[in-house]
Amino acid sequence: MTRKSRRLVLISSALAMLALAAGLVLFALRDTIVFFYTPSEIDAKNVQPGTRLRLGGLVKEGSVVRGEGKAVTFSVRDGSGEVHVTYSGLLPDLFREGQGVVTEGVLEGKGQFRADSVLAKHDETYMPRDLAESLKKQGLWQHGKDGAPDAKGK
Amino acid sequence: MIVETGHFALILALALSAVLAVVPLWGVLSRDATLMRSAPSMAIMQFFMVAVAYAALTWAYVESDFSLVNVFENSHSLKPLIYKISGVWGNHEGSMLLWVLILVLFGALVALAAKNMPDDLAATVLSVQSWVSGAFILFILLTSNPFARIGMPPIEGRDLNPILQDPGLAIHPPMLYLGYVGYSMTFSFAAAALILGRIDAVWARYVRPWALLAWAFLTLGIAMGSYWAYYTLGWGGFWFWDPVENASLMPWLAGTALLHCTAVMEKRDALKIWTIFLAILAFSLSLLGTFLVRSGVLTSVHTFASDPQRGVFILGILVFFIGGSLTLFALRAPMLKQGGIFAPVSREGALVLNNLLLTTACATVFVGTLYPLALEAFNGAKISVGPPFFNYTFVPLFIPIFFAMPIGQLLAWKRGDLLGAAQRLTVVAVAGVVAALIFFAMQGGPALSAAMAGLAIFVILGAFVDIVSRIRAGSSAGAMMSRLWGMPRSAWGTAIAHAGVGVTLLGLAAIGWGVEKIAAMKAGESVDVGHFNVTLDNVVTRPGPNYRETVAQMTIRTGGAVVAKLEPSRRFFNSRRMTTSQAGLLNVSLGQIHIVISDQETEGPLDTRLYWKPFVSLIWLGALIMALGGGLSLTDRRMRLGIAQRARRRDNAAKPVAAG
Repeated sequence: MTRKSRRLVLISSALAMLALAAGLVLFALRDTIVFFYTPSEIDAKNVQPGTRLRLGGLVKEGSVVRGEGKAVTFSVRDGSGEVHVTYSGLLPDLFREGQGVVTEGVLEGKGQFRADSVLAKHDETYMPRDLAESLKKQGLWQHGKDGAPDAKGK
Repeated sequence: MIVETGHFALILALALSAVLAVVPLWGVLSRDATLMRSAPSMAIMQFFMVAVAYAALTWAYVESDFSLVNVFENSHSLKPLIYKISGVWGNHEGSMLLWVLILVLFGALVALAAKNMPDDLAATVLSVQSWVSGAFILFILLTSNPFARIGMPPIEGRDLNPILQDPGLAIHPPMLYLGYVGYSMTFSFAAAALILGRIDAVWARYVRPWALLAWAFLTLGIAMGSYWAYYTLGWGGFWFWDPVENASLMPWLAGTALLHCTAVMEKRDALKIWTIFLAILAFSLSLLGTFLVRSGVLTSVHTFASDPQRGVFILGILVFFIGGSLTLFALRAPMLKQGGIFAPVSREGALVLNNLLLTTACATVFVGTLYPLALEAFNGAKISVGPPFFNYTFVPLFIPIFFAMPIGQLLAWKRGDLLGAAQRLTVVAVAGVVAALIFFAMQGGPALSAAMAGLAIFVILGAFVDIVSRIRAGSSAGAMMSRLWGMPRSAWGTAIAHAGVGVTLLGLAAIGWGVEKIAAMKAGESVDVGHFNVTLDNVVTRPGPNYRETVAQMTIRTGGAVVAKLEPSRRFFNSRRMTTSQAGLLNVSLGQIHIVISDQETEGPLDTRLYWKPFVSLIWLGALIMALGGGLSLTDRRMRLGIAQRARRRDNAAKPVAAG
């Protein structure tokens, strides 16, 4: 096999591999990515029920109700919106009323959300970045006791 | 005083870096042997300087010198000694110092081996390495100085983040850094080859040990990190496709490709340009990982105090080294001479396929990690790319690798016999299918798990086919034994590392057979998990050195007999007002029972998450076996070119004396 044809085989197999990877990536990006919204953005952007999304906001004070077994319901709010969330499972360690939370699941109807995961947070000052930014934009950002929360998110 | 000495030593190390980065390189350009030979001693001196700085910081931690901002913010006088020592790298500043320490350590090791290398190669490699270490020392001194003092020293520190107070901290970061930073060495060699315009099989021999060392440590570091996350974050998972995990996976993929590529270069003098490119790529991805973790672009469990200034500085380092090396690559690579040719079906061809698959898989991880960041920067849309993305992209690209691994090992260099290789693998392939059927019969569950487990068996057994057939070529039992002993260690290393991949795959396949239960338990109640029965005996509270813990005392039974007692707990650290979860783990053969408890509602039932994960230990055991294979290859004679030469020289030197 000559040097030329060898190079041809090499280049064509590399291109085939890249094409395959590009195809897989495009396919996966269409089907598997999840957008992040806060309650007011869901209203503003008119997100349709049945959409899978990440919902982030603050857990409304006094809204956490523990039901049968592991079922729990709570409300997630931000500046002007509020969404009622139902969830079945263990809540992460630092789930607290009045604190930030991010949940992933399906929007069921207007203001109704069924979560299949509530994201774990790593410490009391950690907040997912997208949530922190949304809250900052809406002026709901509260600084922790000792300085800016984002200054020591470990 | 000791702290100031450390600070001063670090500044001296920077000055030395500047000299080392320029003088030997100047010597290479002006062909001045004296200037070239100054490199090794400077590299060793540089290591001592950074070691002094590092020791000084460690001393401050051990002595709880809270007049240092860094110690005050990350330590506590009551903290156990092991966390005082390992706490040095449990924060941004200290971990950067560890990073630099390892950088100059590798430089010093090359300097020690420099006697056996051509002067110009050693000088150039050490110079380039010094550019890297100088940049990072400058970064530490300007933006993240661990030696900064507080005017009014407090009496007590703020303590180390409780999540980090774990034996994992003593192992995971040093291993990972040895891997990450190890790729700086292959990078320096690649840059030196481009600068000198010379690259050949001998160059590959010098580079291979470093590629192997970095790879073995990175493998261990990633596995340790994964196990740590598994038992401490309390989610029962071991890999989350978290951007920070991906940041370590990408250099590993590129590094694995590099490792295989240097084999081709050493044996067949082919794929030169590609090898150089991979060496640059592996280190670039290490730097990218550092940038992602340190700059605050991502938030994760690894994010240290983020500061835009640091992010910009690291971005500068990133752009300088990646841009610089790629420019050098573009200018000089076409000048490198092409090596030997080979047929597509051959050992080289198989290794090219391996490289293609690994780098493509690496590219998909790259896209999945950076696409959300890029999208947000362009149009502000926030998306999350989670496990499903990687299941659709990464996994399909990796499956062919498992099939190809045993086949590639059986192909001859230059021109291979695919049919012959397939025939030699028949027995192993049948064994894999039988194993899949047995797994399906015994464990049931998803057919995919059984199929994957069968594939894993195929990979494990297939790894040894070549060795076994080479031994069996011996005519008598004695000849077989001598063949067994005569087998180069690198052949064993390859086989063992490949088998390790199969072992990890078996552990991954077994995920499908796992059982997960969530229960609200009261004292005296019990729950069935898999074929085990877990009883909550009691919930007690007790003090620890710097925390209080709530412990669930549980008894595990199977078929009525007590297997063990487990005590999953939650620890409350008062100094940071933070709770961590300590999982209860029990090894049962190769599987694990994993129990995590939640905060207890006052007098209410205890929310408990219980898992039975058969074969889960194999995931990390496989990585350990891979690294072991790497280590075994490292001890091969051919890797110790320098040592062999030195021994010969000593013999020659001794002869005249004996004669006289």
